Amino acid sequence: MSDTTLASKKLPSGAEWTFEAIGQYHEEIARVAANYKLDTYPVQVEMITSEQMMDAYASVGMPVNYHHWSFGKQFLATEKRYKRGQMGLAYEIVINSDPCIAYLMEENTLTMQALVIAHAAYGHNAFFKGNYLFRTWTSPDAIVDYLIFARNYIAQCEQRHGVDAVEELLDSCHALMNVGVDRYKRPPKLSLLKEQARQSERETYLQRQVNELWRTLPARTTEDTKEEAPRFPPEPQENILYFIEKHAPLLEPWQREIVRIVRKVAQYFFPQRQTQVMNEGWASFWHYTLLNTLYDEGLLADSFMMEFLHSHSSVMYQPNYNDPWYNGINPYALGFAMWQDIKRICESPTDEDREWFPDIAGSNWQETFDFAMRNFKDESFIAQFLSPRLMRSFKLFAVQDDDKKNKLFVSAIHEERGYRELRERLSNQYNLGCREPNIQVWSVDFRGDRSLTLRYQPYNRRPLGKSVEEVMKHLARLWGFAVRLETVEPNGSTSLTYECRKEKRRGDAKEKTANN
Amino acid sequence: MVRIIDRRFDSKKKSTANRQRFMRRFKRQIRKAVADAIDGRSIRDLDSGEEISIPSKDLSEPSFQHGKEGIWEQVFTGNDRFASGDGIDRPMGGGGSGGGSGASNEGESEDDFVFQLSRDEFLDVFFDDLALPNLVRTELAKLTEYKTQRAGFTSDGVPTNINVVRSLRGAIGRRKALGAPLAARVQEIDEEIETLEQNASAHLDEIAALRDERSRLLIRIEAIPFIDRFDLRYNNRVRIPKPITQAVMFCVMDVSGSMDEQKKATGKRFFMLLYLFLRRNYEHIDVVFIRHHTIAKEVDEDEFFHSRESGGTVVSSALRLMTDIVRDRYPPGAWNVYGAQASDGDNWDNDSPICYDILDKELLALCRYFAYIEITTGEAQNLWRQYEGLTGHHPNFALQRIESLEDIYPVFRELFKKEPA
Repeated sequence: MSDTTLASKKLPSGAEWTFEAIGQYHEEIARVAANYKLDTYPVQVEMITSEQMMDAYASVGMPVNYHHWSFGKQFLATEKRYKRGQMGLAYEIVINSDPCIAYLMEENTLTMQALVIAHAAYGHNAFFKGNYLFRTWTSPDAIVDYLIFARNYIAQCEQRHGVDAVEELLDSCHALMNVGVDRYKRPPKLSLLKEQARQSERETYLQRQVNELWRTLPARTTEDTKEEAPRFPPEPQENILYFIEKHAPLLEPWQREIVRIVRKVAQYFFPQRQTQVMNEGWASFWHYTLLNTLYDEGLLADSFMMEFLHSHSSVMYQPNYNDPWYNGINPYALGFAMWQDIKRICESPTDEDREWFPDIAGSNWQETFDFAMRNFKDESFIAQFLSPRLMRSFKLFAVQDDDKKNKLFVSAIHEERGYRELRERLSNQYNLGCREPNIQVWSVDFRGDRSLTLRYQPYNRRPLGKSVEEVMKHLARLWGFAVRLETVEPNGSTSLTYECRKEKRRGDAKEKTANN
Repeated sequence: MVRIIDRRFDSKKKSTANRQRFMRRFKRQIRKAVADAIDGRSIRDLDSGEEISIPSKDLSEPSFQHGKEGIWEQVFTGNDRFASGDGIDRPMGGGGSGGGSGASNEGESEDDFVFQLSRDEFLDVFFDDLALPNLVRTELAKLTEYKTQRAGFTSDGVPTNINVVRSLRGAIGRRKALGAPLAARVQEIDEEIETLEQNASAHLDEIAALRDERSRLLIRIEAIPFIDRFDLRYNNRVRIPKPITQAVMFCVMDVSGSMDEQKKATGKRFFMLLYLFLRRNYEHIDVVFIRHHTIAKEVDEDEFFHSRESGGTVVSSALRLMTDIVRDRYPPGAWNVYGAQASDGDNWDNDSPICYDILDKELLALCRYFAYIEITTGEAQNLWRQYEGLTGHHPNFALQRIESLEDIYPVFRELFKKEPA
């Protein structure tokens, strides 16, 4: 295109936005994104106020959600900090749904709105659509409908069974949310219609299943039960909430449904927790690239670029470990730097790059990007693509803290012999398996006291934190009988870490026996 | 094509439900915080919210987490001095999160969770403690009520308020006033023409000129508008605060040694509630604090609730002082006098009949209402027995024994009935 035609259609500038201007920016951004072959869901931009933004914060970023006091707590905390000026609100929230919903805040300037559209509505959007974790674990076309279903269902339960009963149940489920996800198994797709149609069917079916299980209980009469009782569950189960939903003996059908709802929501957020660096880096790379492309085409005013670059660089700021405001590694900074670095490796590789990345050095960067975005999560992305050059520029160093030693120990730094180890350490830091305790359902004593036993497999001798007691109480509430937690010692033996006995059941259990 | 949706005017306060859940969940802590706040507040200060803080351990949301021990690895940025294999004293100098162990994974800090309670929420909790019926709550929580009243006429307003009679009267006046000089001239011309016509042939031109002028004048008179914008008058209504009377409220409290902080706190709520009731009906309220042991004294609010005294109790001293103050400063003709007395019922034996006499013969005649609460869990005391005798022939006297806060409201039931909003 020639300069003369471009000059005539410069995009509007200035601080104030109008719907028309946003529409124009969106059109240009979408055009450039399509040139870069970004594959996205259709975009839906929604303009909201700061108060609505706080509402959205409080319900974990979702447009609808069921009611719970913890969201109220979140709202109060956000509101207070915002009003005191201790924090700014995020410029955007984007929802992994089809169409992809991006919230823009009315207080933002026109530049920020354009930045957010490029960042969220194209960057994150493409990531949601392409990345294997999101493709596997979330159903963007159904999530909003499902949340509406969940909210209505829980509201109904509150009317029928009382707010307190539902709140207790939700508290317990929330405590187990992190261990309520399938890490390896693909869940079936969500569909609102199916959910509703199947829900009552499932209720009766589930209850029958459970009763079936416990009907075998009194079979002690025969004396020839010398043989080893069959283990239940036959294999350890990683998804504790799922196990509760299917096998907790005393839950009512509506309680099982609520457990299921919490589990589904947890599963929906599971990919987000594992792709923060990649996802934010990806979105930042694209807002940077898309807007720069528009600038090169002559569509953007200089004042626009100044404001944009200022905002961009403050988000990408990475303080050093000894700065007073150091708060860990900034996922935006790391992610953005990594994607920029990959592009550099593709376009102008050094000898070091050729040695470390023989597959991608000199390849087409857009294809490499697409491949990397689709097939990795933080952990594997860092393990695969963090280059020595980047480790040097961030001056990374790994510190080991062993409580058996007097001093901390610098295990690797950004030098030739440290690169591999450093990269592994950083990758581990983003591995949910290392970050969160590995606790699984081990067995149910269904011929005895019906107690449930969990097993904790410590990683690097790390014990469980103090909160374990509270969580186990919640688990006992759901299970209805005694629950135990065993820790596997380094020598292979197990020790009892915590036990929560459940004495007498609540009234509803008695009622049930009376009905029988 | 992109879809841009303007959601700014959608329902606000989506989080209200969650906020209420939160309040509900932590009712106990909030009630305690409100009780503390009331102790620190003036009884007239009921129009602001309150900052509530709840220990964060009470509202933690537990989940399985690692403890601090064991081996931890963490990667930091900005290496400026370390080589591989270096040992560092823990905690690491300046390194925000103490060498990579616990700090980041033990999530919540131990600070209290602080949030702001709105005025309505504050009053709600306050009323909850006092077990107020709902109707009463809404009435009390209302801010000053206004009523509209006629106040003559104004020259602008909305069409529905046009006063036709006034407007037309104004129009007629204006037409008369504007037309008067012209009409006078017309009359003059008529007279002139009459004189000239006696000799018509000599004055033909003059007569024609006069007739011409006359018809022009008539046109000008016709041209005066029948009604004009500034003729319009509108009925004027003004909003005035409904209660325009004034009241004085006497808080009388026994501060002898037997009144402990607990009892004083109960008494304080009693006074606060009375104040709220009165504020609903009166625009201006004076509050007089009288405390007494063996001698009564008028004090300010702070001293009233917070300073300690000990010694015996002579209730009559306070009643006498109240009578004097009423006579002196608050003549019942100009002021509605309310009395509220809180005591643990202990009184010097020979004094109770004197109290009876003062109330019976003097004070109750001056008061709109006098309420007595006896804050005690034990037997009724001698003062109570004397006071009981008053209820029969003084409808404006109420008394109540109070064991817990819920017992306060019944004292006001009568009062509330008598003064419907």
